[in-house]
Amino acid sequence: MSVDKTTVAKIARLARINVPDERLEPLAAELNGILNWIAELDEVNTDNVEPLASVTGHALPMRDDVVTDGNRLDDVLSNVPEGASGFFVVPKVVE
Amino acid sequence: MSDLLGLNAVAAREALDKKAISSVELTTAYLGAAEATAGLNNYVALTADHALAMAAESDKRIAAGAAGLLEGLPVGVKDLFCTKGISSTACSNILKGFVPPYESTVTANLWAAGGVMLGKLNCDEFAMGSGNETSAYGPAINPWQGKDKVDLVPGGSSGGSASAVAARSALLATGTDTGGSIRQPAAFCGVVGLKPTYGRCSRWGIVAFASSLDQAGPFTRTVADNALMMTAMASHDAKDSTSTQTPLQDLIGAVGDGVKGMKIGVPKEYVMDGMDSEVVTLWEQGQAWLRDAGAELIDVSLPHTKYALPAYYIIAPAEASSNLARYDGVRYGMRVDAETLDGMYEATRAAGFGEEVQRRIMIGTYVLSAGYYDAYYLKAQKVRRLIKGDFDAAFQTVDALLTPATPSAAFPVGRKIDDPVTNFLNDVFTVPANLAGLPGIAVPGGVTSDGLPLGLQVLGRPFDEASLYRVAGVLEQAAGFTMTPARMAGGAA
Amino acid sequence: MSDLVTGRTGDWEVVIGLEVHAQVSSNAKLFSGASASFGSAPNENVSLVDAAMPGMLPVINRECVYQAIRTGLGLKAQINLTSVFDRKNYFYADLPQGYQISQFKDPIVGEGSLRIVMADGSTRDIGIERLHLEQDAGKSMHDQHPTKSYIDLNRTGVALMEIVSRPDMRSAAEAAAYVRKLRSILRYLGTCDGNMEEGSLRADVNVSVRRPGGPLGTRTETKNLNSLRFIQAAIDYEVARQIEIIEDGGAIDQETRLFDTATGTTRTMRSKEDAHDYRYFPDPDLLPMIVTQDEVDALASALPELPDDIRDRLMGEYGLSAYDASVITEERDTARYYEAASDGRDRKLVANWMTVELFGALNKSGKSLENCPISPEKLGELVGLISDGTISGRIAKDVFADMFETGKGAAAIVDEKGLKQVSDSGAIEALIDQVLAANQDKVEDYRGGKDKLFGFFVGQVMKQSGGQANPGMVNQILRSKLDGA
Repeated sequence: MSVDKTTVAKIARLARINVPDERLEPLAAELNGILNWIAELDEVNTDNVEPLASVTGHALPMRDDVVTDGNRLDDVLSNVPEGASGFFVVPKVVE
Repeated sequence: MSDLLGLNAVAAREALDKKAISSVELTTAYLGAAEATAGLNNYVALTADHALAMAAESDKRIAAGAAGLLEGLPVGVKDLFCTKGISSTACSNILKGFVPPYESTVTANLWAAGGVMLGKLNCDEFAMGSGNETSAYGPAINPWQGKDKVDLVPGGSSGGSASAVAARSALLATGTDTGGSIRQPAAFCGVVGLKPTYGRCSRWGIVAFASSLDQAGPFTRTVADNALMMTAMASHDAKDSTSTQTPLQDLIGAVGDGVKGMKIGVPKEYVMDGMDSEVVTLWEQGQAWLRDAGAELIDVSLPHTKYALPAYYIIAPAEASSNLARYDGVRYGMRVDAETLDGMYEATRAAGFGEEVQRRIMIGTYVLSAGYYDAYYLKAQKVRRLIKGDFDAAFQTVDALLTPATPSAAFPVGRKIDDPVTNFLNDVFTVPANLAGLPGIAVPGGVTSDGLPLGLQVLGRPFDEASLYRVAGVLEQAAGFTMTPARMAGGAA
Repeated sequence: MSDLVTGRTGDWEVVIGLEVHAQVSSNAKLFSGASASFGSAPNENVSLVDAAMPGMLPVINRECVYQAIRTGLGLKAQINLTSVFDRKNYFYADLPQGYQISQFKDPIVGEGSLRIVMADGSTRDIGIERLHLEQDAGKSMHDQHPTKSYIDLNRTGVALMEIVSRPDMRSAAEAAAYVRKLRSILRYLGTCDGNMEEGSLRADVNVSVRRPGGPLGTRTETKNLNSLRFIQAAIDYEVARQIEIIEDGGAIDQETRLFDTATGTTRTMRSKEDAHDYRYFPDPDLLPMIVTQDEVDALASALPELPDDIRDRLMGEYGLSAYDASVITEERDTARYYEAASDGRDRKLVANWMTVELFGALNKSGKSLENCPISPEKLGELVGLISDGTISGRIAKDVFADMFETGKGAAAIVDEKGLKQVSDSGAIEALIDQVLAANQDKVEDYRGGKDKLFGFFVGQVMKQSGGQANPGMVNQILRSKLDGA
């Protein structure tokens, strides 16, 4: 599997990172280097092997339905780049 | 001052309890050391006033006979940990100015045990790197030097932490290990570093890199110090769903237990191409030390070892690409304004993330994307099960494994490489343990002909850190590693 | 009855599937300890986890899981003892994590079914594909400022159940019936309050058309419909739009659309091709979720009786009509009212009085069953007076009106106003004789063949008795006097 300029641009879009045009080819080369090396995994026979999602060996712990958090507007907004009357503020979105 | 700096943590605790020294004196010495070694660029934030205030409180508690496990001991904190009221940036521009209103569970445990925070330590940006060269604050430097006196990397991602402990500008330091980020820098800097079993230390409040692999752990000068610090760091945390309830063993006691009757495995697949011959020699020496101490050395096979690195470099970036999606300029950190929301995201993340981080996010996004998930991510998780299976089988016959920690000694800062893969190979011995969730410790074993430290790694069964400390204790004693780095605070080597 | 739609070139069959998002009734959110309640000041119900601060981690709320299981049981669905949470990755201002925690391949609930009853009484079983748990997103306000949007994360992380139907519906009416029934079940179970205006329940509709017997057509998805009216309107519009495009020789784009409530039309969502690459993978901060069969059994045994079961019981045991049974069981409170009102009374008669008189009066006065002036026991009492012949049905209506206004009991009103029905055959006979005597000409006409005059006599007798004569007796005696003699 290898990526070209167009694919790199698509991935950058998905990842919401602005990659300047002149970086696209070099980045494709770097990514291809990594992807070619990763392809070594194709050598391994994984028929009938289940993916390993968790190494802990325990099942998902659950908590009681009690309100233990919230009411901390100051903390939540403590590092906000731009806010107004308790809201977070971003450039306007058109749906 | 160098007398104070020369005390290891266990000795310092005794001296504090005896009132031979005070925490304020000790902390002042370490703050001075941090300033003196500023050229190593280990500290990204030195919080002197805060440290002295904490030290004063520790002295009060010691006087009242209420000393905690780490009372009065100066600790450096990797900048990946959120420390309340104190800048926490993951060494990234995208978190520039971020001051968390909360404390990570691990560091909260340290302060509850009486630890004194010196400041935040340098690391690779978002923990991505093996040389502390991707930090937005610039590289951290290894206090060890070869004969040519060229600046060397301290390893990564917890480079600042390992370097500070080696340079004696921190008595104890926290690190995190996702693919070797504690063990490899520990080996490069000649200090002791433990990656606990996955789930041993809480991940709450630690900037997430790869959630199924990240673990916090201690950097110290000695194995006994390490057991002490680890005992304070570990806890079950209900705020972390992956946190274990398996009780912690007596780690401090384990250090002196010896290895008589233990079976130690030597995995044959850990002999790799391009490995330094001196690394091989040390490994063989390590086996001899253990044999002399009464352990049985057994050859074992971990057949899927070579696939651990590529599997890791699929899984870790994939999880990271998702974990780093929250750094978007909306609620905290850097924001680059734009006319549209997407424009703001793209500009902010392009300006805020360094090249290595961007590269890994791209790889991660790609391997999870439509059409590639099965071939990459799913495949890697299957290989991961096979790798864990190898270890499970080996641990049927042995209690621990002895391996080299790194394929070579520390390399020069700014080493030019065209191929990102070259850097990945630094992690070849350490990554398998992360994939399998196993504990691993790096202990200094000796130095190269050029005078640079080399480490040995011991891997153990899940939740059996005690066995690691038994083996590490023996190795430490046998190695008699007393060398100190050229750029250590308080005096040259 | 056919639901086919006739186009220019022939008939079309409509295929509809629904994805309903139901907010779980719980105190706290799905993965955070902040409150799940509605209506607080912006960002008050937000924890550090909801705000996706660095290092924050999810911990699941057991009650939300149980609510999902209860709902699954109410939908006669398979409960999956092991299920997995996955991350659905995309960027939006109301999604702080940059991903939504959802369930992709292994949801908590599998296949089930839901029975709908149409207006003509016919029933259909609509298949349920699955139900899964996921986080709700926050709210964006785009109209507070010319160039900026304001974000409130209160709703971020509230538990949602996404209930996916099979594409079994064939008309907008069926779709509406499905949502009504689903809402009813959720409210019965107490797992969701079903308040569509407040956004607790919203539907996405998948619509396609095909020739009867032909292969499935391309479907479109219209999102976030929050009323039955909008659901039907959106479906009708889409069906017409798609038929027109196909008959004109075009093809349907598989896409997501939004419904414009002002114009009653749907339009394409402004989205990019890559918007659909969610890169699902199991959330590594969470482990596979396991519930035990014992837990499920305990939840099952504690479930309230469900509307279908009550409905079957009312029809089977009490002989209620399908319509009455459906109306009465639509809401749990209505069913409860009915049980109390009809206890020891004529079940069918009480049902009739509820569905016609009581609901009529409530509608007219703008009241609901919650603040109804007539208690179930009082309604039962009224019906009892009819059953035992104390008053006629006709008089009962007047009594009812009085009860509704004053809250007084039926017996009291009957006594007060002297409305007891006259069932004394002697008295009635006397009245009838009076009327017949006063209308001899009409009697002749009746006996000569004008049968319709019977009603006139009945009316006169009733009038003479002030409406209190027992109508049945009047009929009987009048008949015998007119025909028999």
